[in-house]
Order: sequence, then structure tokens, then C-alpha cells
Amino acid sequence: MSAKRYGIITQINANMVTVSFDTFVIQNEVAYVIHADERLKSEVISVRDNTAQMQVYESTAGLKVGEKVEFSEGLLSVELGPGLLGQIFDGLQNPLPLLAQKCGYFLKRGFYLDALSHEDTWEFTPLVKPQDRILPGQGLGFVPEKIFKHYIMAPFSLSAASEVVEIAPLGKYSAKQRIALLKDADGKETEVFLNQSWPVKIPIRAYSEKLKPLKPLVTKMRIIDSFFPVALGGTYCLPGPFGAGKTVLQQLTSRHAEVDVVVIAACGERAGEVVETLKTFPKLIDPRTNKPLIDRTIIICNTSSMPVAARESSVYTAVTIAEYYRQMGLHVLLLADSTSRWAQAMREISGRLEEIPGEEAFPAYLESRIASFYERAGLVRLYDGSIGSVTIGGTVSPAGGNFEEPVTQATLKVVGAFHGLSRERSDARRYPAVDPLISWSKYSSFIDQKQVRLGHEILRKSHEIAQMMKVIGEEGTSLADYIVYLKGEFLDFVYLQQNAFDKADEASSKERQVYVFNFIYNILGSEFFFSDNEGARHYFQKLRQLFNGWNSSLWQSDDFKNSEREITLLLNELIQKDRVNV
Amino acid sequence: MYKVYTNIVQISGDVISVEAEGAGYLEIAQVFTRRGVSLAQVIRIERKRVSLQVFAGSRGISTGDRVRFLGHSMRVASGADLMGRVFNGSGLPLDKGPSLNDSLIEVGGLPVNPVKRIIPRKMIRTGIPMIDVFNSLVESQKLPIFSIAGESYNELLARIAIQAEVDIIILGGMGLKYDDYLYFRDTLDERGVISRSILFIHTASDPVVECLLVPDICLAVAEQFALKGKRVLVLLSDMTNFCDALKEIAITMEQVPSNRGYPGDLYSQLASRYEKAVDFDDAGSITILAVTTMPGDDVTHPVPDNTGYITEGQFYLKNGVIEPFGSLSRLKQQVNSKTRDDHRVIMDTMIQLFASYRQALEKQAMGFQMNSWDKKLLFYGKSFENRLMSLKINIPLEEALDLGWRILAESFTPEETGIKKSMIEKYWPAKLGVGSH
Repeated sequence: MSAKRYGIITQINANMVTVSFDTFVIQNEVAYVIHADERLKSEVISVRDNTAQMQVYESTAGLKVGEKVEFSEGLLSVELGPGLLGQIFDGLQNPLPLLAQKCGYFLKRGFYLDALSHEDTWEFTPLVKPQDRILPGQGLGFVPEKIFKHYIMAPFSLSAASEVVEIAPLGKYSAKQRIALLKDADGKETEVFLNQSWPVKIPIRAYSEKLKPLKPLVTKMRIIDSFFPVALGGTYCLPGPFGAGKTVLQQLTSRHAEVDVVVIAACGERAGEVVETLKTFPKLIDPRTNKPLIDRTIIICNTSSMPVAARESSVYTAVTIAEYYRQMGLHVLLLADSTSRWAQAMREISGRLEEIPGEEAFPAYLESRIASFYERAGLVRLYDGSIGSVTIGGTVSPAGGNFEEPVTQATLKVVGAFHGLSRERSDARRYPAVDPLISWSKYSSFIDQKQVRLGHEILRKSHEIAQMMKVIGEEGTSLADYIVYLKGEFLDFVYLQQNAFDKADEASSKERQVYVFNFIYNILGSEFFFSDNEGARHYFQKLRQLFNGWNSSLWQSDDFKNSEREITLLLNELIQKDRVNV
Repeated sequence: MYKVYTNIVQISGDVISVEAEGAGYLEIAQVFTRRGVSLAQVIRIERKRVSLQVFAGSRGISTGDRVRFLGHSMRVASGADLMGRVFNGSGLPLDKGPSLNDSLIEVGGLPVNPVKRIIPRKMIRTGIPMIDVFNSLVESQKLPIFSIAGESYNELLARIAIQAEVDIIILGGMGLKYDDYLYFRDTLDERGVISRSILFIHTASDPVVECLLVPDICLAVAEQFALKGKRVLVLLSDMTNFCDALKEIAITMEQVPSNRGYPGDLYSQLASRYEKAVDFDDAGSITILAVTTMPGDDVTHPVPDNTGYITEGQFYLKNGVIEPFGSLSRLKQQVNSKTRDDHRVIMDTMIQLFASYRQALEKQAMGFQMNSWDKKLLFYGKSFENRLMSLKINIPLEEALDLGWRILAESFTPEETGIKKSMIEKYWPAKLGVGSH
């Protein structure tokens, strides 16, 4: 390569520096600001004449005009390979536990470590032999990582089919040792190691086709799975005012979702929340694998007090790692909390670039950035025919809890499901506070369509009657209307709401949801005969109490069956068997 | 040894620009004016043009005044000598004590590595039932008190400070009324805690920009103590003034405003301060209680709104009481299972019934009929408001829980509370029943 290129700082404005150069620069190229013995990572974000504007991924305190900047030629990339699972990285893929060992309590500026150990060895089993023809992303062999076969794949950057020249035999290898040598049609050779790197802002496209997401992703949250489902390879967003329970919902999803790998991007949020995940996941056992949850989890953590520019890159780091595991034919769920902080990071940088601001000072390209991020989700068929997926769920923190703001609106345009959290529901302690009257999903649920429709209808009518009752009072409401109101409240309390602190209720399996909802469907569709409002209320209160017991019993346990029997008895007292329309 | 420049080329708002070389970003400088010496901080550098925010304000600065760059960022003295002392927003003594220059530390230091934090687990007892029972304050929590002008938020802060079992109290006043400063000082003194308190006071009459340093100084000092294993409580009043100072500087610097004139990085600015609240895995802790007055009692105003997204809950102080709805301690679940086995039951039941009471009140106001249940709720609600909610009450948690049981028993039958049998048998007061009132 040519000699190193340098630039000189001419301006400093918070985390943005302007650099003059005399050769050339590459857009989005990584560069290092050299400040005494520190090297601060930064990225070229705009170029004009012979000056480049760069965002610095660290605090810029103390930087001076005239200091040198060294350009690196490469784009901001992550290192992909065995050892990612169970790790916790910052937005630039620094492993935080190792950093704590080296630097103590604080995140030292300009201190970068290898994302993956270059010393550890992995037991490699080859899957190809010399002269085989392989495609980019195709598995050349595998190493065991936690519960998975971690495929060592041909570089995604290969331009076309290549031929295997050399492949390492079965044995233990470290990241420094060559695993294979490939040769393309033009005779250009490529060395393959256990790890490969990939620029975070470019999607990995080494697959044969992108498929329509149809299969539901089971989150074990009833209101989501039954009413507003998410599909494997789909996208959804979770906007809500502060205190409505976005993060709690994300944490529950990260524990219970039926996927292979969960990538958590804690982007600009509280450090305390990451700490909770960090300290509890090693102790929680995943019922699907009987291994600690941390074994299937990767945390990218750039909390609110960490540098802003790295916050912007952290969601890209996370999605690239998610895509990497997808390439092995796994189903990956990426949870980004919160995309608003990421958008705000863009806004801060845009402001310093003195770009013409859009609504609420967000840059004009906000929508396209959000869209291209969510578009990296998807269900794909890989070259070998296997299926992998990346599902993206992002929380949104709208200013003032107002969903009209730009980030929420831009997100709603591109996602497949919208789980809107409302202050009214969280104030009434109705958790999860997903508001069934405003939320929607374009994916189909594993619950029968007809049943779900009735559920939605009852909820809507019940709400209307409740509104009316505020004006005319309970005594002015007809018994028929009052029963619909009670049915809606009943559905809300016993099915939509879920107690996150109850062992049995916190996660509801697919079978259980299908079974219980079918049961409830029959209740919702039945006609009841009561003498007055008071009697109706008492009856439903009793029903609700029995259902609460049912919900907190383990699926198919004796308690479960007893509760069901009690409920059936109570129903037989009053129910008229004929189905009626409400 | 320091470079001195005299070429001030622009004065606008509280920001001056001087032509200088070799200044570092965020470096501190002294500006020598005919009114005295003021500290200033570099906030932008464009080639030779260095912009500084002047903490004492730009009034009276002449274009020929001297600017001396100190070659370091903002520093403050730390250590035990600070105890019992009062300083201004720049760290200079306000009392008659000597100025301190020992063991200087830089303010606004590095963020804590999340893996060195632990899950908070220690409750801070305040003697206020609305906090201890319903929204327990937890060591290392960052919690704002959302309030409006005229409410007694400073009294509440002082009360918590006096009663909290912590090693050190650091008070940061921003735009504090002089009376309020005297109130804090005298109260801490009378109650004998001044010797373990440190006050950094920016009063309403001081230049606005000077209050920008207050949270950073308080938290830097707190961090030093926490690293030495001390449990520190930082009180900040009022963060809205801090945000307004940020706004002022941002507008002067011609930054594009994002929402009601506040800069786009308001969230990050607040977060970098609040996130200093920490429980270290093998050292002390920092707890932050901060008053945020809501302009126009509007919680969607950018300052309370951004604060709410950062902090771990909030206390709403309204009409002289901590509102049970809207107030939230996100960390209470970490501690309230370890206090007494009826804590969560009392917390949940009493709040649910109180919510029903509010509905009954609404019904009453609309002129609807009150049935027997509504009447019980009204009796209960009044009793709750008078005996538990008032901020005048000062009782330990256990006593508050017992009182909760008594109020329930005076108002309802055990079944009506929905509390499970085993708890009723253990705690329901024996001699009381419905109608004993």
C-alpha cells in the first residue's frame, strides 16, 4: 500500500473536527486523531475541497488546531468470528469486560482492544476439500461455539465463485492461523482465517434470495403473539413515553423469544438497564437449550453517557453481527433500545455540519437512514438452501410521548408491526402497556384470524361504551352494553395483561395461547343473562379472579386443570350455548 | 508560562472569541476584566479563532482585555478538606474559609464502564411514607423531583438529605434564591449534618452561565469520594436553570435549536451528568436527587421530558404532596422484597384502592349516585391522604406499613382488599373492623 496519509485539524466543534488534507480521502473512511500518546478513532462524514469533516468517536476535550490525523484506508468495520456469543461490546466493538480488567472503573479514551481474542484456539472441522467450488458466505468448516456449530464462512467480500486451493485439516486453530486459501476465476488468491471483518454500514448480501416473512416469531407475550404478531425476519417498533415500560418489554422479549441468537443494542439508554441484563443473564436458564441465556446473547452497549458518535455506529455494529449469525442459517433477533437516541446522535452531527434542518431539527435524510436500517431485517434463503433470518425490534422514545414526531413517523412507515405503549395504560398499571386500540401488525398470528377479529371488535366496542359511561354514568348504560363493556375489560385483564413478576404468567407458550384464547373466544361469543349491572359486574369479577389463578398456574399442571374446571363450572351457571354476534 | 492573548474579536451573549494559538477544546482560560477575573471555557475552535463561554458573563469585557489559557480543563479541589464548606459555581469559597488548591481533579471525567457497575440493592430510608413505602429510593438511583415554582421542593430535598443514611451530602444550587441557600445552610447546620456536607451554590443573582459548572463540579467531587468507598448523596436544584443556561449558550453559538429553542444535544448533556449516579462493584456509590421545575406544569416540556427518559423514575411534587400516580421509582423492585414481607402487598393494594378512590371522587363530582362501596372508598381515600400522604409525616417504614394496615382495616373488610389469606392472617389488625370509625 501507499505511504500513510495525514491531515491537519483546522476546526473543532464538540465531537466534530475539520481536517485539511493534501492527497485524497475516502468518504466514511476511519481515521485517527493523534493527540499526544492517544489515538482517537473518527470517521470522515463529509468532504469539501481539501477539507474533510470528521466525527470523533471519543471525547474531543483537549484537542488542538494543528494536531495530526492519520487516515486508515478502511471503512468502520467489525470483526466477525467465533467468540462473539455471550460478549458485551461498546459501540465500536471494544469488549467491555476486558477493558475493565485493563483500565478499571472508567472507559479510557482512545483505548482499543481486539474484539475477539487472537490467542484462543477453536476446534475446526473442515467441510470442503481442495478443488471444491464455493460461493461467498459458504461454510468451509465449523467450530463449536456455545450451543451452535459456528460456520467459518468464505469471505462475504468474494466477488464470485472461487476454488478451494488449501483447507486446514481437523485441529485446533487460533485467529492468527490460516484456515483456507481460495482462488477466484482470475487467479486472485484470498486467505481465510477464523475471523473476517465487514464494514458495518453495508448489508451482508451473501444469500440467494430474500423471502417474505410469514412464520410468526413467538415472543411469549400474549398481546404481541395473539393480537399484534411479529414474523421471523420482520420488523416492529415500540414507541412510548418514558415510564411506559418499553425497556421492560424488550428485556422480557430478549429472555423468552423463540430464536437462536439475540443481539441487544443498548443505544443511548441507561447503563443500569444493561447492568441488569449483564448480571442476570448468566444465571437465567434458557428452557429451550438448558444453557444460560447469556450463551445465546450478544450485547452492544453504548449507554447515554458514552460518546455520541459511537452511539450512532452501535446500531450498525449490532445489525452486522446479527446478519453474520443469520448467514449460518440461524434466526436472530435484534433489539435496539432506543432508536430515538440513535436518531438524536444523527441530529447532533447534522447540526454541527450546519446542514439545513428538517422537522424538529432532524436531518432531511432521517427517514432514509431509518428505512435502510430496518431493511436489513429479513428472512433469507442462503446459497446452500438453508433459511436464516434477522428480526429487528426497535424502541422509539418520542419527545413528550407524542407519536407525531419525526422519528416515530419515519419508523412507522417501514416496520411491519407497531406496538404503541400508552401513558394511560401504564398509569392504570395495565402491563404490558401496549395499547390495543392504536397498535397494528401486518403479520399473521398463529391464532385463528376469525377469533382475533372478534377480540379486536370487543375491545373497540368496550372502549366506546366506557367513554360513553363517563358521561351518562353506569346507571344510564343498558345491560347489553354493560356486558360488552365487561367482556372487553375481561379480555384486557385476563389475556392482554401479563404479570412480569409471576413465574408462570411472565411467558405464555404458543400452545397455551392457542388453547386459552380459544376458551376466551367462546366466552366472548356467548350470551349471558343477568338481572342487572351489579350482578354482571360481580360475575365477571369472579371470572377474572379465577382466570388470574389459571394464568399463574403452570401449563398443564394440576393447578391449571383445577382452575379450568372451576371456570367451566362458573360458566355453565349462566352461559347460553348459542353463539351470538356482538 | 501561560500564553496571554489580548485580541478579542467578538463578544456576543456570554461568548467571546479571541485570536489565539494552541488552545485545546474545553480548556479553561482566565479573562482579566476591569471587574475582576472570570473563568471561561473553550467551546469552539476555528483555525485561530477561539470561542469561549465566560462564566461570569460578558458584561463589561473590553476588546482589549487579556485572556490567559491555563492549559487544562476545569478543575476542582477534592478531599476531606471540602467538608462543611460552601463554594460558588466556579468552586471559589463563599464562606470565610481558605480557597483550596490541593488534590485537584478534572471535572466532567470519563464515563464508567458498565461492567464495573452492580445492580443496586440498598434502600435509602427517608422517613417519608410516600417514598419509603410506595416508591422506595435506592442507593445509586438518579431521580428528579418534578415540581412547579412555589412548591416546597427545596424543603423536601433538605429533609431527605438530613434523614438519608449516607456518608456525604453534596448540594449543587443552580439559580437558587438566596433565601433558599440560607435555608439549606441553616437547616443542615441545625440538624448537625453540615460537617459532612459540601455546598456549591450558584444563586439567582449570579451570571446565568456560571451555573453550567455546578453539576459537573458536584459530581466530580462526589465521584472522588465514591471511589474511596463513600456513599454520596448529590442534591441538585434546579436542573431547569442548568438547561436554560445550555439553551442560552447554544443560541449564542447559532446552533440549530431542536425543540422550544433547546439544543439537539440536551438529552446527551443531561445524561452525561445523571449517568454519574453509580454503585461501584467494590467501592462506594453516588445517588442523585435533582429538582426539575416544569415550566407551566407541563411534563412534555423538553426539560422534564428528556429528564424522564434518563432518570430511574421521578417524584411528582404537587399541591404539597408526592403524587402517587406519575411518581415512580424504577428501582423499587430491587429493594422492596427485602424489607418486610408485607411491603409489596401494602404498596400494591393501597395504590389500587387509592386509584378506585379517585374514580369515586370523579363520580361524586359528576353527581352520580354513591353506592356503599363508593362511600367506603371515600372514607379510605381521605384517611390515606391525611395520615400517609402528607409530607409532615415522619415515620420509619415499618411503622408506615403498620399504619397502612390500620387504615385498610378501618375502611374495609379483609375480603374487599383482595389481599391473600396468609397475609391477612399475619397482619390484619385484630380489634378493628368495618364501622369502628
